[in-house]
Amino acid sequence: MATEAHEEGTGLVFHPLDQFIVKPLFGDGPIHWYTITNATLWMALSVVAIVALFVLGSRGRAIIPTRTQSIGELIYGFTYKMVEDVAGKDAIKFFPYVLTLFMFVLFSNYLGLLPMSFATTSHIAVTAVLAMAVFLTVTIVGFVKNGSKFLGLFWVSSAPLALRPILAVIELISYFVRPVSHSIRLGGNIMAGHAVMKVFAGFAAVAVISPVSVGAISAIYGLEMLVAGVQAYVFTILTCVYLKDALHPGH
Amino acid sequence: MASGTTSVEHAADAAAHGAEASGAGMPQLDFSTFPNQIFWLLVTLVVIYFALSRIAIPRISAVLAERAGTITNDIAAAEELKQKAEAAEAAYQKALVDARAEASRIVAEAKAEIQAELDIELKKADAAISAKTAESEKAIAEIRAGAVKSVTAVAKDAAKEIVSAMGGKADAKAVTAAVTARMKG
Repeated sequence: MATEAHEEGTGLVFHPLDQFIVKPLFGDGPIHWYTITNATLWMALSVVAIVALFVLGSRGRAIIPTRTQSIGELIYGFTYKMVEDVAGKDAIKFFPYVLTLFMFVLFSNYLGLLPMSFATTSHIAVTAVLAMAVFLTVTIVGFVKNGSKFLGLFWVSSAPLALRPILAVIELISYFVRPVSHSIRLGGNIMAGHAVMKVFAGFAAVAVISPVSVGAISAIYGLEMLVAGVQAYVFTILTCVYLKDALHPGH
Repeated sequence: MASGTTSVEHAADAAAHGAEASGAGMPQLDFSTFPNQIFWLLVTLVVIYFALSRIAIPRISAVLAERAGTITNDIAAAEELKQKAEAAEAAYQKALVDARAEASRIVAEAKAEIQAELDIELKKADAAISAKTAESEKAIAEIRAGAVKSVTAVAKDAAKEIVSAMGGKADAKAVTAAVTARMKG
């Protein structure tokens, strides 16, 4: 994340959002769906990192693991336990799916924190696809597994009868808001953190403020390290919670 | 995202991009990049999914299962070895007790043997001592008898001498009877 605020004639010019621009990696043409862009590059790097950790790291299949294999096993165990505890034992068949989402979001978040990098998860297009994938999976699995009983999710049978229609409307709205909140929570957090850092970076051009600015960037970078992990975790655990609703509807 | 070595030209380009992206200037809302991002995201997710579900997850779960198996086996083996060690200790203790019993038996036997030998020797010694005692007593009795005879003879002779010295005529028979009577007294 280079300084992109330039002193152009008078005063500071901030371009805190320029870091999110998707542009072709080669040449300068229009962006088709197949164009290799900076987003493609950083998604590919996340794939490389994940493959390096899980496939190359576990290459030895060692009983006494190497460091990399140990990290892979730790993440495996952590996610497995999360799926099992939150979504239930019968959700284990969704474990590869959940692990895929978790790893992609986690690695994209952290790769996006590298200077000069591109944060793919700061884009609503990416997070919306992830969230819609979860939403569709949950809805389809819910109806396939439970049939019409899945609608019991919206009919709060423990509430007084008079309240139930109102609660049903609320539950229905909250159900359809899920993908929106799910995606905007992640995208917004990552985007906001990166934009704030860039704004502070813009102030660093002024000699008097620059120590404060650099200090602030460091502090926010630390915070963003936390946010990157926490948001990936939150995204994953919400996925598990929604999966639990699909597998075990009813309150 | 513009690189660190920004030129005015580059910045202008980026700005133009930003302006072109959307009115609000948020690249996130530039819908023209959506198909691109979504396409590459789906490619990415599919690749990650297959790498994880086909290679990584089976491999790691196999390793974890193997490790759990190894640990269980090792614990079982340790348990077995512990039992063996306990059995060995019990056998050792038993051997020790047996050895002690054997030792005390041998000691008792030896004692009895020695006692028996001792008894025999004692008996022999007693017999020898009593034989010697009897012999000595006999000798003493002989000596005493000899002494009594001599005294009698001396007493008769002395009595005869005394009677003749007194001027009487010693009657041998009377003297002998008198001496014998005196000796008895």
